This record gives sequence, C-alpha cells and structure tokens, in this order.
Amino acid sequence: MRPMAQIAMVMNLDKCIGCHTCSVTCKQAWTNRRGMEYVWFNNVETRPGQGYPRRYEDQETWRGGWELNRRGALRLKAGGRLHKLAGIFSNPRLPEIKDYYEPWTYEYRNLTDAPLGDDYPVARPVSQLDGRPMKIEWSSNWDDNLAGAPAHGDLDPMVERTRRQAADKVRFEFEQTFMFYLPRICEHCLNPSCVASCPSGAMYKRAEDGIVLVDQDHCRGWRMCVTGCPYKKVYFNHATGKAEKCTLCYPRIEVGLPTVCSETCVGRLRYLGVVLYDADRVTAAAETKDEKALYEAQLGVFLDPHDPGVQHACEAAGIPYDWMEAARRSPVRALISEYRVALPLHPEYRTMPMVWYIPPLSPVVDALSETGHDGEDAGNLFAAIDTLRIPLEYLAEMFTAGDIGPVRASLEKLAAMRSHMRSLNLGEEPDTRIPAAVGMSPEEIETMYRLLAIAKYEDRYVIPTAAVGDARRLEESALPQGCSLDHDGGPGMGGDGPFGQDSGRKLLPLVSVENFHILRRRQTADTPDEAKED
Amino acid sequence: MTTLLWGALPYVACALLVAGLVWRYRYDKYGWTTRSSQVYESKLLNVASPAFHYGILFVLAGHVVGLFVPASWTDAVGASEHTYHLFSLYGGTFAGALTVAGLALLIYRRRTRAPVFRATTANDKAMYLFLVAAIVLGMTAKLTHASGDGYDYRRTIAPWARSLFTLRPRTDLMTGVPVLYQVHAVVGLVLIALVPYTRLVHMFSAPLQYLFRPYVVYRSRDPRQLGPRPDRRGWETPHR
Repeated sequence: MRPMAQIAMVMNLDKCIGCHTCSVTCKQAWTNRRGMEYVWFNNVETRPGQGYPRRYEDQETWRGGWELNRRGALRLKAGGRLHKLAGIFSNPRLPEIKDYYEPWTYEYRNLTDAPLGDDYPVARPVSQLDGRPMKIEWSSNWDDNLAGAPAHGDLDPMVERTRRQAADKVRFEFEQTFMFYLPRICEHCLNPSCVASCPSGAMYKRAEDGIVLVDQDHCRGWRMCVTGCPYKKVYFNHATGKAEKCTLCYPRIEVGLPTVCSETCVGRLRYLGVVLYDADRVTAAAETKDEKALYEAQLGVFLDPHDPGVQHACEAAGIPYDWMEAARRSPVRALISEYRVALPLHPEYRTMPMVWYIPPLSPVVDALSETGHDGEDAGNLFAAIDTLRIPLEYLAEMFTAGDIGPVRASLEKLAAMRSHMRSLNLGEEPDTRIPAAVGMSPEEIETMYRLLAIAKYEDRYVIPTAAVGDARRLEESALPQGCSLDHDGGPGMGGDGPFGQDSGRKLLPLVSVENFHILRRRQTADTPDEAKED
Repeated sequence: MTTLLWGALPYVACALLVAGLVWRYRYDKYGWTTRSSQVYESKLLNVASPAFHYGILFVLAGHVVGLFVPASWTDAVGASEHTYHLFSLYGGTFAGALTVAGLALLIYRRRTRAPVFRATTANDKAMYLFLVAAIVLGMTAKLTHASGDGYDYRRTIAPWARSLFTLRPRTDLMTGVPVLYQVHAVVGLVLIALVPYTRLVHMFSAPLQYLFRPYVVYRSRDPRQLGPRPDRRGWETPHR
C-alpha cells in the first residue's frame, strides 16, 4: 500500500444556476493576460451542448485519455512514446484556437473619437489574434441555456451516444427538452494522461496534495498535453508558447482557503476536501476492462481514513496528522464513498478524475410538479426518475460510461432525502421505508441533508494547510532572514532591492510563521490597507 | 582574411553557441520553447513542419557523414568515390528538396496567415533569413558542382572541419574551395552562433528522456520555494 493524499472537489449540480460567477472570478484571477484570452480554467457548460472547446468529448477526433491495448494494459489514446516523438514536429490532434473560439475585443475608442456625423459611432469587434475586424460566430458559452440547440444540439457527442441506445430520449423541441449546467475545472486526475503525454516531463502531480501543475521553466511547448487531456483542460498560451492549466488555486489551498471558483460560488455547490488513495492500485483500477466497472474500480482505490491499518500506513508514508484529520472530516469523501451520491465525470477516459458531480434531480422534480403531481412525493419521484424527460441515459453517458445503475441510485437517494426532509418539516411522521429503500438510515439522510442543503462554509471546505504539514521544516526557517526593522516604512527599509519590492536577490526559504499569516491576510483582504494591518 | 574566416570564425561561433546556451538555460528558461504557432493554423503546419524537420535532420546526418567520415573509411568498406558522390548527390538533393519545400511552405504560411504573421518577431525574421540562406546556398553549391564526380569536398572542407577539433585549423585547405561552398560555410557558422539566441534553441530540448521515464511524474513541493520568489525573466509582473 502506498497511501497518498489528494485535494478533491465535488459539485452539486442541483444547485448550479449557471451564473458563471466561478468562471468570471477565475478568469480575473488567472487568465486575464495576453495569450490566454481564449482560456477559461473554469467554464460552465449547458448540457446538452457541445461544450468548450467544441465537441471535446469526441475522443475519436481528439484522442484524449487512455485506452487499453491488446494485452489489456493502459496506453495513451494519442499513441505511445515512440509514436509521440516521431510526430513531435506537429500535432495533428491539437485543437486550434478557433475550436475554442476566436478571442476578440471592441474598438471602444471609436465611441469617443469618431468625428461628428449622421451615424452613431459603433464599437466594432476586433479579433485579438490578427487585429482585424471580425464576425463573432462562437464563444465559450455560445450555446448557453440551450441557445441554438435545435441547430447545434445534435452535435453534442453525448447526445449522439445516448441516441444510439434510446433514439427518442433527447429532444430539442421547446417543452420537450431538458438542460442542466456543468461547471468544469481541471480534474486533477489520479492517472493524469496530460502528465503522461508531456515529452519534457514538465507536468507533474504534486505528491502532497495531488494537484497537477505545469513547470513553466521546463515546458518546451510540444503541446502533447493539450491532446492528452480528454477534458481539454490544459491550454496553450499562444503568447509565451507554454502550456497552462487550472492550478486548483494552490496558493490559496496551501493556506487553507478554498479555490476562487469555490469561494465565489453563489449557489454554494462546491465541496473541497481530502481523499486518501492507494497509489499502487491506481494503474490496476484504470486497467479495468469493462468501462462501466470503472466507477466502482475508482471507488476501490480510495482508502478509509477511519481504518486503523490505513492510519498506520499513512503515518508511515509521512501524511501529516492534520491531513488525516481533514480526510476523516472530508465532505468530499463523504459524498463520494459514504453516501455514494457523487459520480466522476467520464470515468471511461481512465484518467481517474478527482472532480466529482452529484447528478441533478431538480429537472425531474420541476417536470413532475408541472404535470400536477406532487414533485416531492417519494413514490412519484422514484417512478419519475426513470420515465421523465431528463434521460438517465444521458447522465449515465457523462458520469458512469453509460451504466444507469449508479446514476439512478444517486438520484433516488436525493429523492429520498427530499421526501424525508419534507415530512420532517411538515411535522409528519417520516416514513422509515423511504430511507430504507435507498439503503440509508434516517440519521444518515439527515447528515447528508445538512451537508447538501445547509452547506455551511466550514462543512463544505475542509482544507488542511500545507504549512502545518510543513511545520517541522517551517520551524527551521522561522528565524527571520533579514533585519526585523526592514519592513515598509520601517527604520531599516533594507527590505526592497534597488528596483523596488521583490527586486534584487532574495534568500530562500522565505516562509516563516509571520509570512504565512501575511500571505493568508493578503489572500483574504479586500483592500491593501487591510492586508497590512497586524 | 583566410585566418579570420576559417581560423577564427568557427571558434567564435562555437563559443557563442556554448555561452549562449548556458546563458539561456540559466536566465531565460521561461523563454526556452518552440513558440509553436499551431493553435493559430494547423492544416498547413501538419504537412510543412514534419517535411522540414525530417528533411533538416537528414541534412544534418548528411553533413556529419560528409565532414566527419574520412574518405579512407568509405574506401575501406569498398565504396568508390563515384558511388559516394552519387549517394551524396541523390540523398542530399532529396533531403535538401524536402527541407526547402517544407521551409517554403512554412514561410508561405507565416506570411499569409494573419495571426501567425502577427506573432512573428524581428528575431524570427532574422533567423529565417540565415536559415533560408544557409539551406539554399548549400543546395546551390551542391547542384552547381554536380557533374562528373562533383566537387570533392572530402579533400578540402572535411579535413579542415576535422582539424578544427584538434585546435590546429588547416586554413590553407579552404583557399581553393569554390566560392559558393565558402559562402555556405560562413552562413552556416553564423547560423550555429545564432541558435541559442533564437527559437532554434528548441533543437537542444529534443525530449529523448521521454522514452525512459515513468508515465506519471510525482514531485514534492520544493521546500526552498515556500514563499514568493523574485520575478524571473519573461514572467509578467502581477498588478500590485
């Protein structure tokens, strides 16, 4: 057993209202730079829809993720090592920027500088790639809220697959259709195919928290990771010629704060926590032959932090105590392994993704209520899950490689929770058969309700800090390196180099306990002054 | 002049190459990339880039054989001068043609595709000038001296090239060499000197280690980098 810790995320799709706040705050924090105009580390897709980049789930075209070779061993879908090196001079499976969308700005200056005339001045859209006026034809969110679905909806690769099994299940006519939102970030997979694709070895998975990162100094711009990632969540910065991706906001995670997308989520639908897994079992699980068994196989990789044997092994592996404690309290572990309501996105890519989703029940409830039935009655709900217009098959194509069993089980638990909690709220005697029908006790249902519906900040985000894990190393570096009077405006004033703050040579390591708190304050302060206060 | 071109220039070029590589590796790792423009335009690149790169690798191999395998070795395996010449002529011309075709298509693409052209720096343009010059001059020199057994550079240029490594350059060997070969050699030396200062530097990051490493790379946080570090060359300074 080789236990490792991973910071994982769960998103409760029932609560996503598609406001894109996560995308906007992420963009402001990370990708509002030249070369990254088209990049959204976090994006929210309307499903059914083509997604971003367009049709990224069509792996026959883009060749992302892993597949099994004839001997049943994993190999990259885009080709093995020699194949990759032989084809390094161009990458035929690389999406162009136009497969995402051509970024643009507007000629705002024209609005104020246009000479006096009969016509109103307009701000024409101008391409940020070639600087010429352009026609806006697509963007990361062009099919938001099913816009254009009658024309484009059939292009959703998952719609195509669902229809192969149930031809009449997905319709785009008004009043017959369904939709839900799917926020996506990097999956920080346990078996990352982007890392495996990188010829330079510049991409890596952090041993402490499982965050997948690109070493900007070692990336040489071979672009294999972009193809390798089946979720298309590694992006090519066309100004610097290097790959960039979601960092799970590691500077925030390290000081115990949730990611920007989680922090700003209006619907409070994101959960962050630690899961423990056995790194030795990852490859075997990813090699599971039957695609539909991959979900169960991934569950089998996780370790139970309450098991004394696991605790022992974790201690031996150097996982700090507060990480163990966080793993025991982890909301993510509870939703994934305990209640089993969260499901992985596209397990069939065999990358073992670590951002999981609770499938949406709301469209079922809404549709049921519209037809005049009691939307929260357990009997109605259970029957409706199978027959109503949000096709289980479609959800199953997304979350369980087409196996509707786990999706139905998850939705039934959510339905049971609604029904049970309603009887409690109305002061009725709750029917104990309802929780029993989904294999849960009333107490479990109520704890799950607290986690999903009340969703307190401290319950949603249980993030151990990197610093406490590093405590011993920190003690050694806690003595200040310079003069204690060398702060801004202090009598020493020697803190800054000849060209201002952060210039000149700095002696590393810089983190002391004080620094840790300053960093944390900087991350949370609303104004610069607030950050400076002691 | 002879000493300058054939005695000094090769060493200057070599020194600039080595010093440039060390400098770039130490101070500009962030800028060390292929600077690919494939995300702007993929179709032409998928044809042109492999053609050029495989061509130029073949050309490189040809140069290594031509300059660093003495005629006595090929004689020893029983290849006559005429056989060698034909082999070098057809092989070299094929590789050269592939390279030139690929390069022509790459330049056409760079000029006509607006986003690609916009991303082309002055540095790139200078690099292209020397690259094209070196390749075209080499092809011209070879083809203008193709009749009969061709120009036997293995008696002049090759021994001179080898003598560079013994630090006793035999510059006299280069005086009788046809002028086209001379110009090609000078431009080639300048190109070698330019490598570390242009995007050509990516040739030194051929990722052969990829064949031998495990697929998934794990790395621990660097304990020396727990705090902020000074901004490095090429990194955008965050707005404070």
